[in-house]
Amino acid sequence: MTDIRYLAPRTLDEAVGAFAAAAGAARILAGGTDLLVQMKAGTVSPGLIVDIKKIAEMTTIEETADGGFCIGAAVSGAVLGEHPRFGKVWPGVLEAVNLIGSTQVQGRATAGGNLCNGSPAGDSVPAMIAAGAIVTVQGPKGRRQMSVEAVPAGPGRTNFAPGEILVAFTLPPRPKGSGDAYLRMIPRTEMDIAVVGCGVSLTLEKGICTAARVALGAVAPTVLLVEAAAKALVGTKLDAADLDTAAAACSASCRPIDDKRGTIAYRTKVAGVLLKRTAAIAADRAGKV
Amino acid sequence: MAKLHVTTTINGDPVEFLCEPHHTMLDVLRGSLGLTGSKEGCGSGDCGACSVTLDGRLVCSCLMLAAEAEGHQIRTIEGMAEGEMLHPLQQKFLEMAALQCGICTPGMLVAAKALLEHNQEPTETEVRYWLAGNLCRCTGYDKIVRAVLETAAEMRGAAR
Repeated sequence: MTDIRYLAPRTLDEAVGAFAAAAGAARILAGGTDLLVQMKAGTVSPGLIVDIKKIAEMTTIEETADGGFCIGAAVSGAVLGEHPRFGKVWPGVLEAVNLIGSTQVQGRATAGGNLCNGSPAGDSVPAMIAAGAIVTVQGPKGRRQMSVEAVPAGPGRTNFAPGEILVAFTLPPRPKGSGDAYLRMIPRTEMDIAVVGCGVSLTLEKGICTAARVALGAVAPTVLLVEAAAKALVGTKLDAADLDTAAAACSASCRPIDDKRGTIAYRTKVAGVLLKRTAAIAADRAGKV
Repeated sequence: MAKLHVTTTINGDPVEFLCEPHHTMLDVLRGSLGLTGSKEGCGSGDCGACSVTLDGRLVCSCLMLAAEAEGHQIRTIEGMAEGEMLHPLQQKFLEMAALQCGICTPGMLVAAKALLEHNQEPTETEVRYWLAGNLCRCTGYDKIVRAVLETAAEMRGAAR
């Protein structure tokens, strides 16, 4: 560990300037719950650490006038959980973010870091994709927006251009009768990595599903948006046969690995099972709004 | 490489220290500051033996750079008792023998105190989930959970 520099800029422009100038040798520090572990393990040895927690835009949660939310990339899970409104509007996104690690980890870990870490099993990512969240990124060439599902490129990799920093998530306004949910399969009750994760967001009008988004984690090199599953739900009353069709679409989309947490066959089957359970919770929540 | 100069507050006292950019808060607490109550179990945020609070929020000091303490308030196990007067959780852990080897105890106490500040009437399930990031390799969890519940009940009684 030699020659590391630490910067905690107060503005995004400063952060982007320093990050881009370091040309790949820099790492962004939000909650640090992945970065510090990777540094300790020696898997990354950055020349520059850019701490983004002193930048106001990165650390605020804003409910926009149209009823959407803007969440800074450095907002911790604990802070998001304490927001008076967010969990009422997006309970599925909140439960996914709050599943990341222990109480101690929640005090630091961020949805921004979870996405940028690029793990196919990151819990917040399927819920954000199901929610239709958009990210704002800023780099040397300015700002742009992209969908959350366009961010992961593969395990540990993102589609950000060199020098780009994740600034914030924007979640759209919620139509009446909408609900979302996230479930993950782990072999224990707490403190584990998803074998399969499933996020569902849907809207019901008079018992008919009029809009749906489905995303799966830990079943492919990146978190997947499963459009075929959403299509199987839209226009239906979410009856058992409709859920079976959507579950089959989920299983068909899986390209998982075999590892100590689960086999290919197990993950593929569980993806369908979780779709049914998650959709049922999302529908129940939608019926209550 | 120039060292970083950090000004912070630890257990209510203003503190200044020098550190390397890669030093964790735990490195500095246990090293130059001599506050060895916080333990290093795993160094990767899994065991909670290094638990401290940062502006009142429970965190693992091994997952925080020392430089990040600049301008913030840190509280450690050393700040839990008031002089000779133990915190009710410390007293109850002793009375109910809620410790065996003791390595996890500082982290358990700091985490439990943070829980009771946040929730004065936790259920057993809430205690167990809150403390899921604090590992006890002697596996004495049951006595720890009971001591936290008992302390919470006594503190509520005393507050009435």
